[in-house]
Amino acid sequence: MKYLNEYRDPALARRVIGQIRREATRRWVLMEVCGGQTHTIVRQGLDALLDGAVEMVHGPGCPVCVTPLEQIDRALALAARPDVVFTSFGDMLRVPGSDCDLHQIRARGGNVRIVYSPLDAVELARRTPDRHVVFFAVGFETTAPANAMAVWRARELGLDNFSVLVSHVTVPPAMTAILAASDNRVQGFLAAGHVCTVMGWTEYEPIAARFRVPIVVTGFEPLDILEGMLLAVRQLEEGRHEVENQYVRSVRRDGNQPAQELVSRVFELVDRSWRGIGAIPRSGLGVREEFARYDAERRFRLEGIRTTEPAECRAGDVLRGLLKPIDCPAFGTVCTPEHPLGAPMVSSEGACAAYYNYGRFRATLSV
Amino acid sequence: MTVDTLAARGLVCPAPAAEAGRVQLGHGSGGKMSAALLAERFLPHLGNPTLAQLGDAAVLDVGDGVLALSTDTFVVQPLEFPGGNIGTLAVHGTLNDLVMMGARPRALSAGFVLEEGLPFDVLDRVVAAMGNAARAAGVVVATGDTKVVERGKADGLYVNTSGIGVVSPDFRPAPDRVRPGDAVLVSGPLGRHGIAVLAARGSIAFEVELESDSAYLGPLVERLREALGPDVHALRDPTRGGLASTLNEIAAASGVGVALREGTIPVPEAVAGACEMLGFDPLYVANEGVLAAFVPAARADDALAALRAHPLGREAALIGRVVADHPRMVVLETGIGGTRIVDLLPGDQLPRIC
Repeated sequence: MKYLNEYRDPALARRVIGQIRREATRRWVLMEVCGGQTHTIVRQGLDALLDGAVEMVHGPGCPVCVTPLEQIDRALALAARPDVVFTSFGDMLRVPGSDCDLHQIRARGGNVRIVYSPLDAVELARRTPDRHVVFFAVGFETTAPANAMAVWRARELGLDNFSVLVSHVTVPPAMTAILAASDNRVQGFLAAGHVCTVMGWTEYEPIAARFRVPIVVTGFEPLDILEGMLLAVRQLEEGRHEVENQYVRSVRRDGNQPAQELVSRVFELVDRSWRGIGAIPRSGLGVREEFARYDAERRFRLEGIRTTEPAECRAGDVLRGLLKPIDCPAFGTVCTPEHPLGAPMVSSEGACAAYYNYGRFRATLSV
Repeated sequence: MTVDTLAARGLVCPAPAAEAGRVQLGHGSGGKMSAALLAERFLPHLGNPTLAQLGDAAVLDVGDGVLALSTDTFVVQPLEFPGGNIGTLAVHGTLNDLVMMGARPRALSAGFVLEEGLPFDVLDRVVAAMGNAARAAGVVVATGDTKVVERGKADGLYVNTSGIGVVSPDFRPAPDRVRPGDAVLVSGPLGRHGIAVLAARGSIAFEVELESDSAYLGPLVERLREALGPDVHALRDPTRGGLASTLNEIAAASGVGVALREGTIPVPEAVAGACEMLGFDPLYVANEGVLAAFVPAARADDALAALRAHPLGREAALIGRVVADHPRMVVLETGIGGTRIVDLLPGDQLPRIC
């Protein structure tokens, strides 16, 4: 495929791997922020190819994984209502809530539909005026512009039967929380290329300076990630701590300003709790008062949600980079993609699912 | 805490699918949930040595000959799509299941569930396509049945077809005949049916120029039979669940491992592009006109030549080999030298968020 195969070239990849090995005088611990990057690393076996030179720990950048249990339970409560059509990206349907998931709500008669764009949900609301359509707006800064656009469009159309259940989170506060923790091991970051396509990288400059860590804005293909690792290792070896951009074909320093403007007109910064990590102040986006009628939490009474998280799930340690999925006692035994204890085993971007789907073979070989 | 003690305390997922007590859509995906449905809900009541083989078709010794019997039910939406309709699928699907067991098809039955309000012109096109497909394959629709249900109780129309064919003792490909050292071949590019139907359903917001690969595979099997005879160890058509699911079933049936090489698997540009956008893996996308063949490595070139001599097999490729290592596991060697498991999916592939 044009524009993709170029970034998957085996000979070039081997050359960059050799370069990283030559330049690294010790083993460096890097964290890739985004779940899409985690999957490329594990799927292509990059971590094994760099064993000894770079240790990759996997970051919190899977939107499905960090959506807090109480938001999943709110989604389940809404989806079960007979007057609601609940729409969502497919990933969210299998995430376990306190006592079931959206698939099971659908099997019990709930109207749950997979959409491929939030604007499809707006269109559905326009075509079915007798039902209320809720869209589950989850994700990082990457998905926020399209979700803001859906709210904006619903107001433009004068729709009164559309709302969003919001669980938006933002990357920089999570990176700060990881670096500020006393048990932090991360020495450098590969920042999420698509988040930066929207937001640019100015927010990362104070983080790199304060914690003295290199941050390399990185893409998602094997060669992107290898080049990001090389740039980060080079900075560490030279004692630099700057923000660098590997993903030049997509990211500019100031990002996509019309998208940022739309997001800030519809959403505002709010405190959010992250599944497995806990509350992080001003780390999420919520619907502004001006758009309150499009906020499902304000439209529907959703109080009284009491959640129960399985105590055995160590997703929080995995999401903070303290535990490798294969080192979790539940991995592959009581926790599998068919019976996930936590969201990282469900999502296509979850670190546990990546190890389960692609990495078990290496795990069995090394035993 | 050890895993044993966790399990002993009965700690399972907060939402185990089995506890829901209801059928879910994922049970129809061809993945692990489908396998569990069969094992837990059907085999305990219907199990017998013939059914237990779980081949594409049952092979029945009827005294003075051997028959293959297969049945399949079709519920595709939309009913018509580029490259075919529910009628062509119903004929090709069942006939392909027969030829994968080495049978020469003789006759089909067709049962229809029609929804009140279905336009006759749609029904006419579907049935005409079935007639054409059956004639082209040289079989007759020997018996049939129709039922009509109230509007809203079916999705336009459902079709069940069953087929019988004759098996000769000198050509008996079967999933459990696969051996380490066998080559794994596919007869053509993967993923066209699944992506064409997804696009025709209007559920993806970009244009895909792609036709379903729906086709009768009998002529390809005949060529393999002429060229290799009993050296054709096993044949499968990777429909629902895609090539990945089929290879996992073969690996389980024969207790072998399968090793694939990423760059050798033919995937059309349009399929690869759509899968990139949606976060799908083409190895799990449905095909309706592709077969996977297992033959001794020394005969791989002969098999490829035989397949490529027919228009349906022009893009046939050698994609991997059967190994004694990692039994019951399918492993893919990636372009840059890494390896990964190609597992059965729990349920349907889910489009990703970003």
